[in-house]
Amino acid sequence: MKVELRHIHKHFGPVHANNDITLSIPAGTIQGLLGENGAGKSTLMKILSGFLRADSGEILLDDRRVIIRSPADAIRHGIGMLHQDPLDFPPLRVIDNFLLGQQAKGIFLQRNQALEAFQRLAQQYDFSLDPFAYVENLTVGERQQLEILRLLWSGVRVLILDEPTTGISAAQKQKLFATLRRLAEEGRTVIFVSHKLEEVEELCHRVAVLRAGRLVGEMHPPYDTRKLVEMMFGREIQAAPRASFAASIPVLRLQQMTLEDVRLRMTAVDLDVHAGETIGLAGMEGSGQDLFLRACAGLVRPVAGRVLVGEQDLTGKAYHAYKRAGVEFLPAARLEEGLVPGLTLSEHFLLVSERQGFFLQRAYAQRLAEEQIALYNIKGRPHSPVESLSGGNQQRALLALLRQPLSLLLLEHPTRGLDVESSIYIWSLLKERCRQGTAILFISSDLEEILQYSDRVLVFFSGKVSPPLEASALSVEELGGLIGGKGWEKFGVQRES
Amino acid sequence: MEDLTLLLGFAGIFAFSAPLIFAVVGETLIERAGIVNLAVNGTILLTAMAGFAVAARTGSLVLGFLVGALIGAAVAWLIAFSSITLKQSQVAIGFVLTLLTRDLAYFLGNPYMGLAGPRLPSWHFPLLKDVPFLGILFFQHDWMTYLSYLVIFLGWWWIFHTRPGLILQGIGERPAAAYARGTDVNRLRYLYSVVGGALIGLAGPIYSLSVKAGWKGTISGLDGLGWIALSITIFGGWNPLRAAFGVYLFGFLQWLGLVLQPRLPGIPSQVLQVAPFPLMILTLLLVNIGNAEWVERTLAALPDRWRHFLKRLLRALRANPPASLGVPFEPE
Amino acid sequence: MKREQIGLSLGLRLLAILLALLFTVMVLLLSGAPPLEAFRQIVLGAFGSYKRFTDVLVSWVPLLLVSSGLLITFTAGLWNIGIEGQITLGAIATTWALRLLQDSTFPPALSLLLATLAGMLGGAIWALLAGALKTFGGVNEIFGGLGLNFVATALTLWLIFGPWKRPGIGSMSGTEPFPQALWLPVLPGLRLSLWALVPGLLAWGMVFLLLSNTYFGLRLKAVGKNLRAAYLLGVPTWQHMMLAFLLCGALGGLAGSFQVTAVYHRLIPAISSGYGYLGLLVAMLVNFQTLWVAPVAFFFAALNLGSIQLPIVLKLDSSLSGVIQGVLVLFVLLLDGVRRRMERG
Repeated sequence: MKVELRHIHKHFGPVHANNDITLSIPAGTIQGLLGENGAGKSTLMKILSGFLRADSGEILLDDRRVIIRSPADAIRHGIGMLHQDPLDFPPLRVIDNFLLGQQAKGIFLQRNQALEAFQRLAQQYDFSLDPFAYVENLTVGERQQLEILRLLWSGVRVLILDEPTTGISAAQKQKLFATLRRLAEEGRTVIFVSHKLEEVEELCHRVAVLRAGRLVGEMHPPYDTRKLVEMMFGREIQAAPRASFAASIPVLRLQQMTLEDVRLRMTAVDLDVHAGETIGLAGMEGSGQDLFLRACAGLVRPVAGRVLVGEQDLTGKAYHAYKRAGVEFLPAARLEEGLVPGLTLSEHFLLVSERQGFFLQRAYAQRLAEEQIALYNIKGRPHSPVESLSGGNQQRALLALLRQPLSLLLLEHPTRGLDVESSIYIWSLLKERCRQGTAILFISSDLEEILQYSDRVLVFFSGKVSPPLEASALSVEELGGLIGGKGWEKFGVQRES
Repeated sequence: MEDLTLLLGFAGIFAFSAPLIFAVVGETLIERAGIVNLAVNGTILLTAMAGFAVAARTGSLVLGFLVGALIGAAVAWLIAFSSITLKQSQVAIGFVLTLLTRDLAYFLGNPYMGLAGPRLPSWHFPLLKDVPFLGILFFQHDWMTYLSYLVIFLGWWWIFHTRPGLILQGIGERPAAAYARGTDVNRLRYLYSVVGGALIGLAGPIYSLSVKAGWKGTISGLDGLGWIALSITIFGGWNPLRAAFGVYLFGFLQWLGLVLQPRLPGIPSQVLQVAPFPLMILTLLLVNIGNAEWVERTLAALPDRWRHFLKRLLRALRANPPASLGVPFEPE
Repeated sequence: MKREQIGLSLGLRLLAILLALLFTVMVLLLSGAPPLEAFRQIVLGAFGSYKRFTDVLVSWVPLLLVSSGLLITFTAGLWNIGIEGQITLGAIATTWALRLLQDSTFPPALSLLLATLAGMLGGAIWALLAGALKTFGGVNEIFGGLGLNFVATALTLWLIFGPWKRPGIGSMSGTEPFPQALWLPVLPGLRLSLWALVPGLLAWGMVFLLLSNTYFGLRLKAVGKNLRAAYLLGVPTWQHMMLAFLLCGALGGLAGSFQVTAVYHRLIPAISSGYGYLGLLVAMLVNFQTLWVAPVAFFFAALNLGSIQLPIVLKLDSSLSGVIQGVLVLFVLLLDGVRRRMERG
C-alpha cells in the first residue's frame, strides 16, 4: 500500500516534535527512517499508527485521505506497528497473544483455527515458536517474531518497526531482515525506524532523515554515509578521545559469586574491578547482566560466593551498607526508580545531603541546589519539580546527587533515550569521576557505546559470563556475535543447565 | 439423625455463601479489568437495605433484587468515572463511598428496622433434589443459591475460555498492549465495573431477602462482610473457581465455629465471631509474603535444596494480581 | 498558583458544599423528613448553647489527634485504616493501666500520666502490627488494618463481658466507672477538659512542624511519593514507614486514652466512636495541608454533635452526619478531578 504523509505537525508543549513533515512511500518499499534520539521519528510513526494525533496535516493511503484516531483505526486500514519493547502480554501463552491480535467478533475462542493459522504463518516465514510457551519466557527476538506473525494474521499492509534490532542477536537480526525483504516483495510497505546507519544502509530501499522535528533529506542507494551522518547531526560531533584511568587498586572483588533468579543461574563468577576503570556489561536484554549489576550493589543477594568492596566483606549485606562503603547504583528508569516525582531539585539535594540535622535549612538547600545546577549544567531551577526536567537533565541531576568521593558506580543504560550531545556530556561527567578514582560498571544495549567507553567488557549470554575482554581488542561484529551466543568456545566455559 | 442435622447444617453453607459468591465474582471481574472497587462493604449494606425496603413496599422480590443490582452498578460506575475520567485515586473514592453508602443504609433504613417483609421461597430442584446426599447438599435451596453456582462457573468460563475474557485479562495485565490491538480499554473498564458492580449489588438483597431476611440496622451482622469479600478476591488469585473455594472455606469455618462453640465453653463467643479476620490476615500473609524482599534475601542464604523447596512452595501459594490493577490508563 | 486558579479552586469548593447540601436535602426528603428543620436541629445541637459548643470541642480533640496522625501516614503513602483499632487499643491500655493503678498509693496525677502513656503505647503497638504486616509480610495495610480493627472490637467486648465485667453481670454499658479522682479535670460545669484539649492542639502543631520543616518529614514525603527511588537515594524506607505507623498509632492511642480518662471514665464497647474513619475523611479532605486539619475537624465534630439531636426530636437516625460528611468529601474529590481536567485543557 502506498503511504503518504502531508505537512504533519505535532507539538508537545514548547517542543515542535514534528515540523511540517511530508513523505511519500510507494507500495512494496522498505523505507528507512533515520535520525538520532529525539529527532521525531517515533512521534511521526505513532501518528501514523494511531497512538498520537497530529496537530495538523493529513495522511493518504493509496491516494485516499484517511483519518486515524486510534490504533483501532490504524489496524482497520492495515497499518501495524512493532514497538521497540514488544507490546504483548507476558503472562499469557504465545497462542493467546496471537489470538488477541485478530479483530474477530464473537465470544468463542477458536483456538484450533488460530493454531492452524499460526503454524502456517510460522512455517511460511521460518519462525520456530512454541505456541503454548508463555511469552514471559521468550527472548525479545522471539517476542518480535510473535508480533510480526500476529500483525500478518490481522492482515497488515503497512508494517512499522521501531528500533527493532535493539536487544536481539545477530542471527535473529539477519532473519528479521530476510522476513522484511519478503514482506516487501509481497507488496507490503515496511517502515524501518532506526538510528543505526549501517542497518538502514543494508536493508532499506530508500531513506528519509529527520533532525529536530524536520525532514532534512531523502536518499536512494548507493548511500553516501558521510552525507547521511551530516544530515542526521547537522555537523560533525566529536566524542571525547578514549581515556583510561585504570589503577591497580581493587575496589570490588567478586569471588565465586553465584546468582539465581526465576529464569537463570549464573555460577561462580570471579572478577576484580580496579579503581578508575570502566567495565561495560554487554548482552541481550535479560541475559543476566541486570542481575549481575544489582548483585554488585547488594540489591540482589548471591546464593553463594563472596562480594568484597575495598577490604570489606559485604556478602549478603543490603544496598545501604554498600552505599556507606562508597558504592552507588543508578537505575535506567529515572523517574520510576531514580528520582522522586513531586519533589523539587533542591529537596532532592537535601535528601542526600550529609549534614542532615533535625530541621530543614531552606537557605542551605537553595545554595546547594544552585551550586550543583551550575556545576552539572542542569537546565532547571532549585524549585523545579524533577518531573518537569528533560531526560538528559534528569540524568545530570542523578549524577549531581551522587556522593563525593565514590569508589564504585553502577549504571543501567546511562544514556538511554538521550540525544548524542547529552550522551557525550554525561560521559564526560562519568569519566571525570573515573579520573578521581571511581570505578564504573555499566549496562548498555548500544555496542558502540560499550566499545567506546569501556576499558574491559563482560559479555552475558543466557546466564553465562565471559571473562573480562579488552575493549580495544574487540570489534562491534565480534561483540555482536558474542551477545548472540557465537564464539564462546574459546573461553572454555561449560554450558550451564 | 445426628448425621442428617450435620448434613443440613453443612448444606446451609452453600446457601449462606451465595451473597459472598456474587460479591467476590463481581469484584474479580472489576479487578481483572484493572480497577479496584473498595466500596463493597457499604454497597452490600445499602443494597440489602434498599432491596428489602423496595420488596417490602411493593411486595415484589424481583424489584428488590433489581434495585440492589442498580445501586451496585451505580456505585461501581462512580468509582470508574472518578478514576478513569477524573483521574482521582480509586482507593480514596472507594473508601469514601463505602462509608457513605453504609451511613445512607443506616439513615434511610431506619423506618424499615425489624419490619416483616417478603422472603425468597426455597425451591427444590426437581429430580436432582432426590439424589442421595448431594441432593440435600446442593439442590434443596432457593433460586439465588443455584444462580450462585452458575455465577462461579460463568465467571470462570468467561475469563479463561472466551475471546472477550482473554481481552479482559489483557486490559488488566497490559492495557497499552490491548490498546495497540485496537481495544477501547477504558470503555471496557467502565463496562466491567458496571457488570461487576451489579453482581456485588445483588449480594445485599440476597442477604435481606433470603439468607438473613429483614433489615436490622447496625445489628444486621452484615458490616464487615464486604471486606471479607475483598480479601477473598485476593486469596482467590482473581480466579472465580479459587475464589469460590475461598468463600466456601470461609463459610465452613464459620459453621464450624457455630457447631463447636457449645463444646468449647472456655472460648468466649466474641473470639469465634472475629476468628475470620485474623484468618483473613493470615491467608493474605501466606499469598503475599513470597513477594517480600527480606524473604528473597533470606532464601538466598539457604542451602540449595531448602531454597528450591521453599521457593516452589511460596510460588504455589502466591496470588499475582493483574499487573495494572489500580493503575489508570491514558491512551496518549 | 495564579489568582484565577485560586478563584477556581475556591469556587469549586463552594460548589462541592452546595452539592453536598443538595444531596442531603434529597436524602432527607426521601426519608420524609423536613430538611430545614433537620438542619436547624443540627445547628442548634452543635451551637445552641455555650455548653453544647464546648461539647463540640470535646469531640474535636480526638478527631484532631487522629487526623493529624493520619497525615503522617498519608505522607508516607500509607492508608492507615487500622486507626480505629489503634484508638481502641489506646483505650484498652489506658483502662488496663488505671485498673492496676487505682488501688495503688500513687498520686492520681501520676496514675493518669502513666495511663495516658500506656494508651499511646497501646495504639503504637497496634499500629506497628499493621506496619509489620505491610513491610515484612506484603499484606496491604488496608486489609491488615481492617482485620486488626475487628480484632480490637472483639477484644473490647471480651474484656467488658469477661475479665473486666462489672460486679454481677457484664453489660453493653461498659466496665465499672473509675473513681472521680482518676478523671481528667474538666472546666467547671462542662465536659471539656483542658488536659485533653491542650495536648490535642500541641500534637496538631507538632505534626505540622514535623511534616513541613524537618528532614524526617522530607524523607517521609520521598517514601510516600516513590518508595523505590527513596530507597536508592539512601532513605531507610521500611524504618520510616514503621515510624509513621508508630507516630500515627501513638496519636490514635492518645485519642483513645482521652476517651477513657476525659469522656467516658470507663471502657465501653464502641469506645473509638468511629473517629478513626472520620479522621481518614478529614485527612483526605485537607489533602496534605496540615493547617486545615483543625477547622475541618471542628466542622465534622460539630456535625456529629448536632446530629445527636435528630433521633430525639425528629425520629431520624443520627447517621445523617456521616452521610453529610461522606458526601462532602465525595464531591470535593470529584470536583477536584473536574478542576484538573479543566486545567489539562
